[in-house]
Amino acid sequence: MAEKPRIGVFVCHCGLNIAGVIDVKKVAEEAKKIPGVVFSTTYVYMCSEPGQQLVIDSIKKYKLNGVVVANCSPTLHERTFRNAAARAGLNPYRVEIANIREQVAWPHEHEPEIATKKAIRIVKATVERVKNNMAYVPYEISVNKKALVIGGGIAGIQASLDIAEAGYEVYLVEKSPSIGGKMILLSETFPTLDCPQCIETPKMTDVSQNPRIHLMTYSEVESVSGYMGNFKVKVRRKARYVDVDNCLGCGACVEACPVKNIPSEVDRGLTNRRAIYISFDQAVPLVPVIDADHCIKLTYEKKVAEGKIKRRSKPGTVKICEKCQDACEPKVINFKDTDKIEEIEVGAIIVATGFDLMPMEKLPEYGGGKIPDVIDALAFERLLAPSGPTHGVPKRPSDGKIPKTVVFVSCAGSRDPAHGVAYCSRICCMYLAKQAMLYKHAVPDGMAYNFYIDIRSNGKGYEEFVQRVREQRDLIYLRGKVSKIFQRGDKVVVWGADTLTGQKIEIEADLVVLSNAMVPSEGAKELAQKLRIPQDEYGWFNGAHLKLRPLETVTAGIFIAGAAQFPKDITDTVSQASGAAAKVISMFAKPKLTKEPLIANVDTEICAGCGICKEQCAYGAITIDPKKKVSVVNEALCEGCGACAAVCPSGAMQLRNLNSKQVIRMVEVLTEDY
Amino acid sequence: MGEFEPKIVGFFCNWCTSSAADLAGTSRLEYPANIRPIRVPCSGTVDPVYLLRALREGADGVMIGGCHPGDCHYITGNLKARRRVKIVKTILESLGLPHERVLLAWISGAEGAKFQRVVTEFTNKLKEMGPADLSKKWQ
Repeated sequence: MAEKPRIGVFVCHCGLNIAGVIDVKKVAEEAKKIPGVVFSTTYVYMCSEPGQQLVIDSIKKYKLNGVVVANCSPTLHERTFRNAAARAGLNPYRVEIANIREQVAWPHEHEPEIATKKAIRIVKATVERVKNNMAYVPYEISVNKKALVIGGGIAGIQASLDIAEAGYEVYLVEKSPSIGGKMILLSETFPTLDCPQCIETPKMTDVSQNPRIHLMTYSEVESVSGYMGNFKVKVRRKARYVDVDNCLGCGACVEACPVKNIPSEVDRGLTNRRAIYISFDQAVPLVPVIDADHCIKLTYEKKVAEGKIKRRSKPGTVKICEKCQDACEPKVINFKDTDKIEEIEVGAIIVATGFDLMPMEKLPEYGGGKIPDVIDALAFERLLAPSGPTHGVPKRPSDGKIPKTVVFVSCAGSRDPAHGVAYCSRICCMYLAKQAMLYKHAVPDGMAYNFYIDIRSNGKGYEEFVQRVREQRDLIYLRGKVSKIFQRGDKVVVWGADTLTGQKIEIEADLVVLSNAMVPSEGAKELAQKLRIPQDEYGWFNGAHLKLRPLETVTAGIFIAGAAQFPKDITDTVSQASGAAAKVISMFAKPKLTKEPLIANVDTEICAGCGICKEQCAYGAITIDPKKKVSVVNEALCEGCGACAAVCPSGAMQLRNLNSKQVIRMVEVLTEDY
Repeated sequence: MGEFEPKIVGFFCNWCTSSAADLAGTSRLEYPANIRPIRVPCSGTVDPVYLLRALREGADGVMIGGCHPGDCHYITGNLKARRRVKIVKTILESLGLPHERVLLAWISGAEGAKFQRVVTEFTNKLKEMGPADLSKKWQ
């Protein structure tokens, strides 16, 4: 600060939390001796209304231009006292906290004398910092009131609908040909046994019919630039070869396609699809897509283009398959379609990219995907689904027989650090119970075994549901882990243990269903890099705070919803999606956004434009002015980490209110003897 | 004169190690009072000059606490800190000073107990090493 420092020091007793250890009166007395401190006092609870009033009155009375409050962690009351200062007419950034509770009184509660000395030291250091604190005002940023939702599962659908409902435009980007996600492929949902085709399709239709939602299926986010309120996003619209706007969805092209042997993605390889296909009957949009890697025409054209083969006739004179085009009544198939990059501008982004199951290959002890009658739970969902390949009566993949003995295996990969998944996938206990029940409904004379470690049924109506399942006849819960699964003749043998009776167990089963661990969806890592948002050690997206900011990422303006954050059931996913949407809506409801002004700042008199700072910036916030040859900090992009200031060879780049002069003064004071 | 009490300056990341220190306090985990904390936005904020300056001013040890690799609030600040600390250690060694006087530790906001352990161990180690006396040596 340019004017002479007039600093007030306010030492909080926090009842006996601080005063029971630290001699607060002495701290205040010592503080008063610091040059520049014009007032110091103590109060029993500084954060209380009268405590705050004391601060406010003192600022006015003593014309304070800096305040140090020695109390608890700044995470708790920094804002309280900055707001109080603002009410007294003092710039809030002239207030700093000296944390003498969590970091002094409590960890040193048996050394009151040394704690008091340490507290004095910390207060002195903080006073030195405040002497050089400048007044700042938060930045105002305009907001482009459109949102991007990445992922068209139930999370993305719910978030899009909520935002559109509030009156804002949404771009919903989904990488596969249809929205619906994993939910639409399920048989029924626990614990109510609603059929997802009945409860999710209305929402899917709402999405497609809502004029505020721009549905971009078969599309992926290519790159993201910009910042909160003003993102620029490039979306790759993958070549579909079918005109989405004019296709009638009749399916004649699919019927005509001679390539019939491609394993279906949605049926997890249990059935085959054609080279032109509609993912599933309720797909939105109900428009086919050509799989260019398998289509006769497109693979031929690709080889010609690459010079691998020569065209035997003049282009257009002889048909290369093209049967789908022939069958298409409205003539909407275009073999010359190409990927297109569409650029959109949005103010906020919700990431709702969901999950995948751990691949079978990673579970060699359970057959590693080589035993046809060992399937994952999503495949069994398809076998149980009325809209699935077996119309709801499960038939085993190897010979199409109805399985009379089915073993369900919990924690296939989950809760198992050896498989790299130490966490619980949270929903498997519930869906295995549901699957066992539905199996018994479909095959009443069948026998079901469910191996479990613990049953985790902590949701509304969940425990009651599991109890209901466990009371079924010929449905046996066995507490223990399965050690090995192998083929014996046409049976699948399961070795396990019943830890309650201490017995080894061998079951000859017709079909085994594994609850493979849930893992982040493919491409999550690349997306995290594009969005500059962190992931945890497993690749799930991290919220800014696990408990208190679970929907926001550390990058302002980017939010997460659903299983992209961590395994969760549909109830939690939908709640979180609506929560993330509410965050976006509240952001859009403000005329302008504000941003912390404590960011990096260049002294252009000193800066030589060397660009070392630019290299260090993780946010791309620094550019070099080509004319003036100096660094320029983009105030909206800078997050204030100070990585640039730490490397600046000339000291031109500084962090506001924590510049090197301030830090070095703090170091000098802190290294004085107690 | 009693036992040698080292002076330690700690630069603690606002998002993790400072929270861990708060948690240690809240959990009433006791540790030696030798550590003198400075809260910084990120371990990557710490200019190598701050470390050397602290030693010159009379600190016997300097500690930087950051988020675990991959967890940085500012994406990669902690990795930048790791490189810088490595260089500072090399400088110290080339000046004939043990690099152990500078400690970089990854302590997440959930690791109050780790904060207690690391600070206690570092303090004990510096007690064994004795005074750095760099303020005298470097004058």
